[in-house]
Amino acid sequence: MGLSGLEIFKQLPKTNCKECGYPTCLAFAMALANGKASLDACPDVTEEAKEALSSASAPPIKMVKVGTGDRVIEMGDETEIFRHDKRFNHPTAVTVEVKDTDDLEARLAVINDLIFERVGQEYTVDMIALVNASGDAGKFKAAAETVKEKTEKNVVLVSEDAGAMEVALDVLADRKPLVYAANKDNFEKMTELAKSKECPLVVKGDDLNSLAELVDKIVALGYKELVLDPGSRETSKVLADLTQIRRLAVRKKFRTFGYQTIAFTSKDDPQEDLMQAGVYLSKYASIVVLKTDKKEHLLPLFSWRANLFTDPQKPAQVQPGLHPIGDADENSPVYCTTNFSLSFYLVEGEVSSTRIPSYILSVDTKGTSVLTAYADNRYTAESIAAAIKSTGLEDKVKNKNIVIPGLVAVLKGALEDESGWDVTVGPREASGITKFAKEKFA
Amino acid sequence: MAVEIMKEKYRSQVREVVLGATKDEGGTRSTTIKVGGESTLPFLHFEGAVPNRPVVAMEVWDVFPEEWPQNLKDAFGDVLNDPAAWAKKCVDEFGADLIALRFKGADPDVNDASAEDCIAVLKNVLEAVGVPLIVYGCGKLEKDNAIIGPIGEAAEGENLLLGVAEQENYKSVASAAMAYKHSVIAQSPIDINIAKQLNILISEMSTPLLDRIVIDPTIAALGYGIEYSYSIMERARFGALNGDRMLGMPMIGNVGHEVWSKKETFIPVDEEPGWGDQAERSLAWESVTAMALLQAGMNILVMRHPQAVKLIKQNIDELMQDNSY
Ligand code: B12
Ligand code: SF4
Repeated sequence: MGLSGLEIFKQLPKTNCKECGYPTCLAFAMALANGKASLDACPDVTEEAKEALSSASAPPIKMVKVGTGDRVIEMGDETEIFRHDKRFNHPTAVTVEVKDTDDLEARLAVINDLIFERVGQEYTVDMIALVNASGDAGKFKAAAETVKEKTEKNVVLVSEDAGAMEVALDVLADRKPLVYAANKDNFEKMTELAKSKECPLVVKGDDLNSLAELVDKIVALGYKELVLDPGSRETSKVLADLTQIRRLAVRKKFRTFGYQTIAFTSKDDPQEDLMQAGVYLSKYASIVVLKTDKKEHLLPLFSWRANLFTDPQKPAQVQPGLHPIGDADENSPVYCTTNFSLSFYLVEGEVSSTRIPSYILSVDTKGTSVLTAYADNRYTAESIAAAIKSTGLEDKVKNKNIVIPGLVAVLKGALEDESGWDVTVGPREASGITKFAKEKFA
Repeated sequence: MAVEIMKEKYRSQVREVVLGATKDEGGTRSTTIKVGGESTLPFLHFEGAVPNRPVVAMEVWDVFPEEWPQNLKDAFGDVLNDPAAWAKKCVDEFGADLIALRFKGADPDVNDASAEDCIAVLKNVLEAVGVPLIVYGCGKLEKDNAIIGPIGEAAEGENLLLGVAEQENYKSVASAAMAYKHSVIAQSPIDINIAKQLNILISEMSTPLLDRIVIDPTIAALGYGIEYSYSIMERARFGALNGDRMLGMPMIGNVGHEVWSKKETFIPVDEEPGWGDQAERSLAWESVTAMALLQAGMNILVMRHPQAVKLIKQNIDELMQDNSY
């Protein structure tokens, strides 16, 4: 990965002994560069060469984990600058800040309860960042104890006072929290703490240069479970720094910056807080720490994250076919949509909330939306009629009536001719289905 | 250790488009607006120029926007029955950089307003505000084709931004722009090739129009396919910077129009307890949609809620701060 055949060749024994199954060392090097061979196949490669080659072929951004067991969060390991080139691997960890001066029990109760459901997906806050706002080690420790007791969320411990960090980390070490932060003054102590507890460590610089310097020093101390904070807090500067870190890691293979990043919002107003968090989430932060814990602010942020981190090559799809909702029977209404998971789940959510047992017929549109599929001739009178047939719908319901999306009202006549069914034009937005069903089917 | 800052060298830059015309320039606007001109990706001041800030247009309708959620209507007070007063409030109180006048009432299923009716409204709005105007029809092709010529003629020289030219239907809008000195929104369905093709078609009608085209790449709301628009915009902008002249136009997005029909903007909290307060959520839906599109290179955001406008303008202020190393 990343290394050219020639660069690899330089590290090989150059004896052309053919043990590896290739005629020459160079041929073997080329195969390695293309990911077609494994270095193990050469018996004579030196330890040094192994070390050099494996670190050079490591992913450009190291994966780091916070937490343990099934709560573990993996971050980093990104290989792209643009989403359209290839999927971004690890969704940004959305982290809410709490302080050791807050009424912690109350705040944790609120945060624990934040569960969002939207279009078949469930989101929760990934981590809390416990800030040593009191500046008092005892208070920080007590707060860590409250956190340990009152939430199972992953934790970022925020204090640049190594003494305070030590006592709080003692409480929470089992949970593998993220230690924030090693700076130029405390890095030896912080590194030792993080290393001894095997917890990931944030390296905080004053700018990119000092950050790079500090990373190298900490790596020299033998610790590599790192997360980067360039220290900037103004929206534009953070955007630039995060962009540089990502570019230098991915494009220049600059190892010093081959780690994930953390960004903190700096706003007191929750709406502004959300905007800033959105920018950092869009542009490369692996962890965003924000202040608002309100559902109405977090839901849009989670939705944007869900969108941004989808696979650009293949739209999320559901199984095409007939999906019964509730105890659907021969008298149940039938709604017809596509197999684009977004369209399907929007409709499914609404149909469920009508509380009328129903069928949803999901036509195979290769995961495209209603109008996209219509424009692309995949959602047509013919394809819908064919789906009615192939799913055996005719034997399952008596009334032979199907509801189509309002956006494709034009299909009504053709579909009636093609299928012999009655076609009812539904509302344009899925959100209109509840009212529609009440009038039509209740 | 000094980190070697990585600066991309692009071959080209986005075209600069001027909207509106002052008296000297043949119009009546008190200010004009420039968009585009950037020679780097969004807000990367450290490697290129971002000479013009992205701007926010606020929507004004020729009819009362019955279908808007109550909290959105409430944000405007009592001006929604009067397009001129409405536009004035957007500019004076809410800081709109431009007004996007939408002739919803021209829809045969609404009021079937005639070209003359539309022109009367347009004149009132032009008189009420000094900022440049964007003009949208009702969205029904035949009707829009019929009214766009007379509207363009009535506002000759104003350099309106006229919407929308599409691949199958660009001639009437482009002709109106050409004949009466306006600019054009060229809309393509999230498809770079169609965007290019359309720009070629328009420029074949009139080469000078090339500097008066704004691309509408087609956007979707947050949670409703926005990521497709985001990626298409990033690719288009990348193409523009790498020398593709037919993609090098500023971009516009109909944010409010996409967002405010979506469930997240109107469903009350008691029906979706997990989604939080409706009023706050709805405007956040608009501001976050706009935020994401800005990051993909949007130059003109057409929006609705005054508070969402305020938030995005502040976001733009912050992002326009120099971040050179
Ligand atoms: C994202 C997108 C794409 C993506 C595909 C995304 C996908 N997986 O489908 C891409 C970029 C691939 C794409 C491609 C094309 N697209 Co496209 N695309 C869009 C966009 C921006 C959003 C679509 C979306 O995801 N909507 C969200 C989903 C959930 O909406 P939905 O399925 O309609 O569901 C809603 C309702 O219909 C309703 N509903 C759904 N099912 C049911 C069922 C019942 C019973 C009821 C009552 C209601 C209901 O509930 C949902 C929410 O309310 C729209 C424009 C827009 N802003 O909407 C254009 C749009 C749909 N695309 C369009 C076109 C023309 C195309 C192309 C043909 C362009 C081309 N290149 O030639 C291609 C064709 C596809 C291909 N060859 O791959 C046009 C369609 C024009 C028309 N009226 O026919 C649109 C409207 C853009 C435009 N204004 O020109 N597109
Ligand atoms: S086994 Fe090693 S030394 Fe022998 S040819 Fe292959 S690469 Fe060269």
